[in-house]
Amino acid sequence: MAMSYDRAITVFSPDGHLFQVDYAQEAVKKGSTAVGVRGKNVVVLGVEKKIVAKLQEDRTVRKICSLDDNVFMAFAGLTADARIIVNRARVECQSHRLTVEDPATVEYITRYISSIKQRYTQSNGRRPFGISSLIVGFDFDGTPHLYQTDPSGTYHAWKANAIGRSAKTVREFLEKNYKEDMESDTDTIKLAIRALLEVVQSGGKNIELAIMKRDESMKMLAQEEIEEYVTAIETEKQKKT
Amino acid sequence: MALSSVLQSESADFSFNIDRSFSFGCGFGQTDLGFGAAPGDRLNFAIKASLGPDDKDGPERKIEFLHGTTTLAFKFQHGVIVAVDSRATAGAYIASQTVKKVIEINPYLLGTMAGGAADCSFWERLLARQCRVYELRNKERISVAAASKLLANMVYQYKGMGLSMGTMVCGWDKRGPGLYYVDSEGNRVCGDLFAVGSGSMYAYGVVDSGLRQDLSVEEACELGRRAIYQATYRDAYSGGQVNLYHVHSEGWTRVSQEDVLKLHHQYQEPKK
Repeated sequence: MAMSYDRAITVFSPDGHLFQVDYAQEAVKKGSTAVGVRGKNVVVLGVEKKIVAKLQEDRTVRKICSLDDNVFMAFAGLTADARIIVNRARVECQSHRLTVEDPATVEYITRYISSIKQRYTQSNGRRPFGISSLIVGFDFDGTPHLYQTDPSGTYHAWKANAIGRSAKTVREFLEKNYKEDMESDTDTIKLAIRALLEVVQSGGKNIELAIMKRDESMKMLAQEEIEEYVTAIETEKQKKT
Repeated sequence: MALSSVLQSESADFSFNIDRSFSFGCGFGQTDLGFGAAPGDRLNFAIKASLGPDDKDGPERKIEFLHGTTTLAFKFQHGVIVAVDSRATAGAYIASQTVKKVIEINPYLLGTMAGGAADCSFWERLLARQCRVYELRNKERISVAAASKLLANMVYQYKGMGLSMGTMVCGWDKRGPGLYYVDSEGNRVCGDLFAVGSGSMYAYGVVDSGLRQDLSVEEACELGRRAIYQATYRDAYSGGQVNLYHVHSEGWTRVSQEDVLKLHHQYQEPKK
C-alpha cells in the first residue's frame, strides 16, 4: 500500500481510493453499535450504552440526539465529530423553518449532513468526519424515514440498519427478522431491542432506546420500560425453544 | 418613501459587503445573488441629484415607474383571482398601454408588478430561477409561503438602496390557495385580498363590497374585472387593458384580456 497517498486527503490513490475516507470508516467500525428500524407508525433508534466509570454521571453521554421536533439521529464513531454535525444540523433545521415556513424533511436534513461530510473529503488540510449516522423521523406529510450517512458523504434510505461495532452481525439479524409494514409499534421496538441484544453484553442495562410515533415528539424509553421489553422477548424465546 | 429620499440627496453612496453567505438549500458559503457577485465584492452606488423629480436643470427623468398602476388579487373558494391594468406612465406621459404586469413565475405561481418595472421583473425572474432550483433539489413544488419568503429575503438585503417593488405572490400549493404581498421595504404579509398601486383605493371599494367566499369562478372574475375597470375610470395613471388570471389547484389560467374602453361601453350601456 502506497503510504504517500494518505497525506493530503484531496489526493486519489492509483487504484481510485480516498484512503482517509476508508480509514474514517474504520474509526466508525470501532464505535458502539447503533440500530435503527422504520415501522409503519413508529421509528426506533437503539444504541449500545458504553460502560461508564463508577464516578461518571451516565446522563452526559447521550448518543441519540434530536435535531428537530420531527427528526432525531444516532451515530457511531468519534463523539466529538458527531457533536459538530449535530449542531450544524440543528441550526439548519431552524433555518429551513425560517425560510420555507415548514419543518425540514428527513431527506433534506440527511442531504445537508451528507454534503457537509463530503465537503470535508475535498478540502485542504481537513480530515473527514469519523462518524456514520442513522437519521430517522417523520416528514410533514406523515411518511416515516430512516437514512444512513457515512464518512464519504453518501446517504441511503433503509428499512432497518445498524452501524458501528458488529454492524454486520446485527444487519444479518435484521435481514432475517424484518417484516414489511410492521403495523404494531411493539413489534418494531422489539425488533430493534432483539437486534441489539445480539451484540450487547449483559442485556437491557446497556441499551438506550428512543422512539418517535407519528405526530408525537421523540421519547427516550426509561430503563424499566426497556427491561419490560427484554423480559417479554426472553419469554417469547423460551416459548419457541 | 425611501425612494424619493434617495433620489433627492446630493449623492448617495452605498457600499456593502456581500461576504456573508446568503444560501438557501445545501450550499454553504454560496452567494446566491445571481449576477456574478463574488464574495468580498464591494458594491458602490452613487446616485446623482439630477435624477430627482424636482430638478429643473438636469436631464429628463428616464426612469419609468409603475407606481401609477392598479393590481389586485383575492382568494375565494375556488382559488385566487389576479387582475391588473396595463398602463405605464413616466410623469404625465403614458409610456405604454400594453404592459404585462403579471409575471408567470412557473405554471402554478404568479407575481404582480407595481413600482419600478425593471426591479419587479428582474427580481421575480430571479425568484423563478430560485423556485426551479428548489423543485429540482427537493423533488417537490415550492410552497407559496416559501417562494414569497425567498423574494422578501432577496430584496431585504437591498433595503434603503432605492429598490421600488410592490408585488403579490399568488399560487396554489398543498395548503390550498396562497396569497402574499411582498415589497421592497421588506414587508411580507399573508392575506385574502390585496390591491396595490395608485388606483388601489378605487379597486378596494369595489372588491370589498362584492367579495363573498362562495363566489363562482365566473362571478369572481367579473368582480376582479369590474374593480380594475373602476380604478382605471378614476385614476389617471391606470388604464389600457384588464388582464385577468385565475389560480386553481392545477395551476394558473389566463382568463381574459379586455380593453378598458370596451368594458366602459359594456357597463355604461344598461344605464341608458
